[in-house]
Amino acid sequence: MTASASESPGSTEPTEPTEPTEPTEPTEPTEPSGPSRLYDLAVIGAGSAGLAGAVTAAELGLSVALLDTATGTGGQFYRHPAPAVGALRPEALHHDWSAYAGLRRRLEASTVTRLGGHHVWTVSREGASGDGAFGEGAFREGASREGVFGDGEGPWTVHAVTGADGCAERPVRVWARAVLLATGAYERQLPFPGWTVPGVIGAGGAQAMLKSGLVLPGKRVVVAGSGPLLLAVASSLAAAGARVPAVIEASGYLAYARHPRVLAANPHKLAEAVVHGGTLLRHRVPLRTRSAVTEVHGRDRVEAVTVTRLDRDWRPLPGTARRIACDAVAVGHGLVPQIELATTLGCATRTTPDRATALLLDDLQETSVPDLWAAGETGGIGGARLARAEGELAGLAIAARLRGRPAHRGRVRELQRRRDRMRAFADAMAAAHAPGAGWSRWLTDDTDVCRCEEVTAGSIRAAVADLGARDARTVKLLTRAGMGWCQGRMCGSGVACLAAGDGVGEPPAERRPFATPVPLAALASLDEPADAGNAPADAGNAPGDAGRDPARGAHHPC
Amino acid sequence: MARARTPADLVGAQPGPSFEITFDGRPVPALPGQSVAAALWAADILAWRTTRVGGRPRGAFCGIGQCYDCLATINGTPNRRACLVPAGPGDAITTQEGHGHDRLGV
Repeated sequence: MTASASESPGSTEPTEPTEPTEPTEPTEPTEPSGPSRLYDLAVIGAGSAGLAGAVTAAELGLSVALLDTATGTGGQFYRHPAPAVGALRPEALHHDWSAYAGLRRRLEASTVTRLGGHHVWTVSREGASGDGAFGEGAFREGASREGVFGDGEGPWTVHAVTGADGCAERPVRVWARAVLLATGAYERQLPFPGWTVPGVIGAGGAQAMLKSGLVLPGKRVVVAGSGPLLLAVASSLAAAGARVPAVIEASGYLAYARHPRVLAANPHKLAEAVVHGGTLLRHRVPLRTRSAVTEVHGRDRVEAVTVTRLDRDWRPLPGTARRIACDAVAVGHGLVPQIELATTLGCATRTTPDRATALLLDDLQETSVPDLWAAGETGGIGGARLARAEGELAGLAIAARLRGRPAHRGRVRELQRRRDRMRAFADAMAAAHAPGAGWSRWLTDDTDVCRCEEVTAGSIRAAVADLGARDARTVKLLTRAGMGWCQGRMCGSGVACLAAGDGVGEPPAERRPFATPVPLAALASLDEPADAGNAPADAGNAPGDAGRDPARGAHHPC
Repeated sequence: MARARTPADLVGAQPGPSFEITFDGRPVPALPGQSVAAALWAADILAWRTTRVGGRPRGAFCGIGQCYDCLATINGTPNRRACLVPAGPGDAITTQEGHGHDRLGV
């Protein structure tokens, strides 16, 4: 399969690496796949969890397809420059790079089929007796419990569009007997006056642009919001040459002290904090807790920010505002699991201590939908080390299911112990940085809350106060907040809180047939013979030509 | 981590020769492997779209393809996510106004 960077207008061909430290990351599969290839396992997401799951399953003999939107592997945490940049020391921007290097070596030695530039928009499953390329008998071997092996259901179909930004539009289908969701997380944002001014960027976004593009958003970057990611971002920015006038944290770090046993059981987290703390100290970056950026100054570019002290509930304290000159702001309030593919299939969820929605998983990482597993941030934010443990655990469990043989019990128990220990830390961390109920006091009525549809706090409050909206969905229907390109990913937390009457709210678990924008041409081609997944680019009738079709779909921004 | 003068110093980058793209007609250097957004940031350009309602400037925000704030018109095609699309020699990036489909008369 070609991952078609070359089909994307304005893109370059993948380039050979210039340094041995950065092995090439081909978008071609490592083994040829026939037109109707059924994999044992499709892994969605090639970050820490997905990589660990894919190599573990492949080493146990499963055929595995590994899909990711990016061309390379590593996910957001191990995001790194493209091979063409020739970085001799990509590890200089990363914590624990050797763990990723180890997974990558195992991937290169494995039979895993790597499908880079694949944007999965839905996962579906049909009855084995129904349509599809495979007969019922294909799913009977290794029967062990309910699911594909017992109740006559067919394989999973993983639907993707391709290209750097999904605009190459050649739709792809991959079939698999089991699916591992390792789709990671995105950043939680809370709006504040001026947060749409150019120069205000996500803290994770600043980190991503630095790690992959080796660029900074400005020379003086204030880092603000809440959560431990801020410390990592500030130390990376400072190390890469930016001035960081301050890190502004809305919570207090003392909240961790309420969990002494959890801290003691996770010394690696303390070590990580010491590394970042040391970097910040060395670059003389002050950390201000119980404070927030409550206004950005500048019209077409950030010129300064106003920082205000907060009370315990994140209410701004009058008379405490001070101005800090800067030309960029990197902001974020923790991470939220990216789970649309699973919630659309009806997977059970849980609410995390910071009121995010995460997948509810069993002891072996399976979701409430049989044969659909998840690992890493999808089950709650916990970091790369936890993701690796969960990915491996899922890989072991999936291999055991498909092979009909029990997994190595000692290893499973060891991984479960590590997972539980790190999950306890993750819960303490989420509780310590959970947004306080008073944050929306810093909004002015003309603050844009929904960036895509340009819906202000004032109009959302009017929908609540005057029109009787009580939840984010009603607010959306009345105001269009959350209805734009990002589908509420950026404004969802803010809208939910405003819908709850300026209190605390949580965005509903979305059931969304499209996890990413899809061109109508790609949808139309679903009626084509079921070989799109592995067909060469000779399917000139619909899929291959979709990229040049001027009639773009309403679901797709192109 | 010691302070480096630039991010490229920090990771010891030895990229291939830079090439040229244009932003609203003016030349901007780009490095092999850089996204369009990264190349624009390197030239101190932070906005390359104006919003549909307020006509306000926008650029990259989430940096990972989730927020769609970085939409740009690339080689005449509007609504490309600049943080995901790799820059290629000669690419013409233009500021996208509104939904970018003005010429369709919609």
